[in-house]
Amino acid sequence: MDLSYSAEDLAFRDEVRAYLAENLPERISDVVRSGAELTKEIIEEWHAILNKRGWLATIWPKEFGGPGWSPVQKHIFEEECCRAYAPRIVPFGLSMLGPVLQVFGSKEQQDHYLPRILDGTDWWCQGYSEPGAGSDLASLKTRAVRDGDEWVINGQKTWTTLGQFADWIFCLCRTDPDAKNQEGISFILVDMATPGIEVRPIKLIEGGYEVNEIFFTDVRVPIGNLVGKENKGWTIAKFLLTHERTGIAGVGFSMQALEEVKAIARKTMRGGKSLIEDPLFAARVAQAEIDLEAMKITNLRMLFKAQEQGAPGPETSLLKIKGTVINQELKDLARRALGPAAAPFPGHVTEGNLMFGPADTEHNAARYFNNRKTSIFGGSNEIQRNIVTKTMLEL
Amino acid sequence: MDFNLTEDRQMLADTLNRFLGEQYPVEHRIKVAYDAPYHDPAKWDQLVELGALYALAPEDAGGMGGTGFDISVVFEALGKTLTPEPVLGALMASRLLAAAGADQDALLTGATKYAVGITEIDAPYELDQIATQATAKGDGFTLSGRKSTVYGGQIADVILIAAKHDGGLGVFAVNAADANVTGYGMMDGGGAAEILLDDVSATLVLADAEAALNDGLNAGIVALCAEAVGAMEVTHATTVEYFKQRKQFGVPIGKFQVLQHRAVDMLTEIEQARSIVIKAAAELGGDEASKYASMAKNLIGRAARLIAEESIQMHGGIAMTWEYSVSHYAKRLIMLDAQLGDTDYHLSQVMKVNAA
Repeated sequence: MDLSYSAEDLAFRDEVRAYLAENLPERISDVVRSGAELTKEIIEEWHAILNKRGWLATIWPKEFGGPGWSPVQKHIFEEECCRAYAPRIVPFGLSMLGPVLQVFGSKEQQDHYLPRILDGTDWWCQGYSEPGAGSDLASLKTRAVRDGDEWVINGQKTWTTLGQFADWIFCLCRTDPDAKNQEGISFILVDMATPGIEVRPIKLIEGGYEVNEIFFTDVRVPIGNLVGKENKGWTIAKFLLTHERTGIAGVGFSMQALEEVKAIARKTMRGGKSLIEDPLFAARVAQAEIDLEAMKITNLRMLFKAQEQGAPGPETSLLKIKGTVINQELKDLARRALGPAAAPFPGHVTEGNLMFGPADTEHNAARYFNNRKTSIFGGSNEIQRNIVTKTMLEL
Repeated sequence: MDFNLTEDRQMLADTLNRFLGEQYPVEHRIKVAYDAPYHDPAKWDQLVELGALYALAPEDAGGMGGTGFDISVVFEALGKTLTPEPVLGALMASRLLAAAGADQDALLTGATKYAVGITEIDAPYELDQIATQATAKGDGFTLSGRKSTVYGGQIADVILIAAKHDGGLGVFAVNAADANVTGYGMMDGGGAAEILLDDVSATLVLADAEAALNDGLNAGIVALCAEAVGAMEVTHATTVEYFKQRKQFGVPIGKFQVLQHRAVDMLTEIEQARSIVIKAAAELGGDEASKYASMAKNLIGRAARLIAEESIQMHGGIAMTWEYSVSHYAKRLIMLDAQLGDTDYHLSQVMKVNAA
């Protein structure tokens, strides 16, 4: 039993920390700290900085241009990025499609797409959910029909994150309507510039714009855009979701959130005293802090297991459930700590008198509402419970 | 980073799990835990012979372990079988004797049974509220006061008592035969004692003992938390097994999602509990030991209550019976909250650290 990082890992952490201190522009970390939406330009700038250092595709092996990190190194990197308030790496090309192509893609697909993901030529988005296929993803209806050497795609995808910036979308499409749900699905790559594609924004609860509906009307793509075998897309879908769940505990983000809660509570006055001295509030903070402290160890235990066994196990579902609950609790505490100062709609109060805390807190309530998504996306917490029921409880 | 047990500790765990699994089936445990002397003296001797106590003390105190991880291995095994043997008292006494540099061979060989009296009815958890008073008399001391729920006190030969001394706290050794000791069985099995001290003669073991007492408490907390993890895992496994056996509406009740999801939530909390015990064990003896012990005891208090109450509820009537094991596990899980500081007390301790 040894909870500390190895000397090698510590040296790596110092290297990452120093690199971030040197190369993460303050104007970018300030935006992240404020909780404001990140522009496409900021994300692309940050991706390019990391790519220059070879640290963008954190889970890719060296042969494909990744850093070849261990799960622990990847964890350290993410922890340091959170600590420095670096933008989150957009995962769709780098953490989702990349690994899929590396395992299921043809040599041509790998040679063509992977470098373009790395250098930012192609921005990818994910075409999974549909209006009628959320948690029950396998009931998806978007059809792809072969016509000569093309697929003709008709249907609708939704909740497509940052689809408004995307050059390409990877889609789960039904290619055999007569097969059982999971067995008639194929994984197809679609150029967003293809005629017949329409992107419509979905305005979210807090007023933000990060997800879209995407409509496909007689969209024709080459047969060669199929990844893996026809009707075997579900295997790929499941593989991808496993990767989506790594790092899902969001420990680094919760540590940020805890710091923010404490910083706000120190400056907020209640009954003539700092809110941090209020026993009711302090008790809620302390309890969340205890849960987060345990979560840090749970996360490391799962990482250690993943490192020993070569792949994350079904326990990652437990991480997802508890990690999102803790994060949401902290966001709630921050919003409560601000009290009436959380009320103004972002952008409506531009003079400084309502801004205080470690950064301006203008986006605080918006972040609280936006973060309700974390227990819904990536397989809702209820779906995670179903997974654990099958895999760990064997019921 | 390595979350595997060392080979030695794995062997210790295997030995204890095998021994307790064979010697302490739950029927036997129920039989011995609720009737005087509230444990099984023959099994205690065997447990001592296996070296369980040596694992609790560091080498320079004559033992073979004494780290947080040694302690958690021993107590997790005890928790799995709800063993009502008075190991907690031995552990805490061993920490105090080690701090005093006193010989503890008699403790480790089992020749002398120790218990530790810190708790008072008006000072259940707080050292600074202890009222028992030591007074110098001749070459030695006398103690006056009352110690409550002294675990293992019903069979102890020597009781180490925390008492006010010289403007601080001292630890004193009292022969049980010299004090007014009333032993009793506990709700969740095992025994304790109320100890009335009326000018009872005592030997000073350690003066200025606050730090040592805190270390003893922290070690005891790691032990209780590890015990709870062992008990929670068995309770959860029993519950999931019952899901597969018990049929209602023509199907095993484990087919009902309303039960499945609750069983998953229990599992999540058990993993969190295991994690915080690992952290507290790693920090034991260090500068922040008290903070992490408090974090552990708070989280364990919440998790143990969830596991106990949900297990009873999801079993239905059967877990309300004396005959069925889960009722006894549930009682232990609930009642250990009040040992060495409960959920709220330890939350307030963490708050104090945060405010400092």
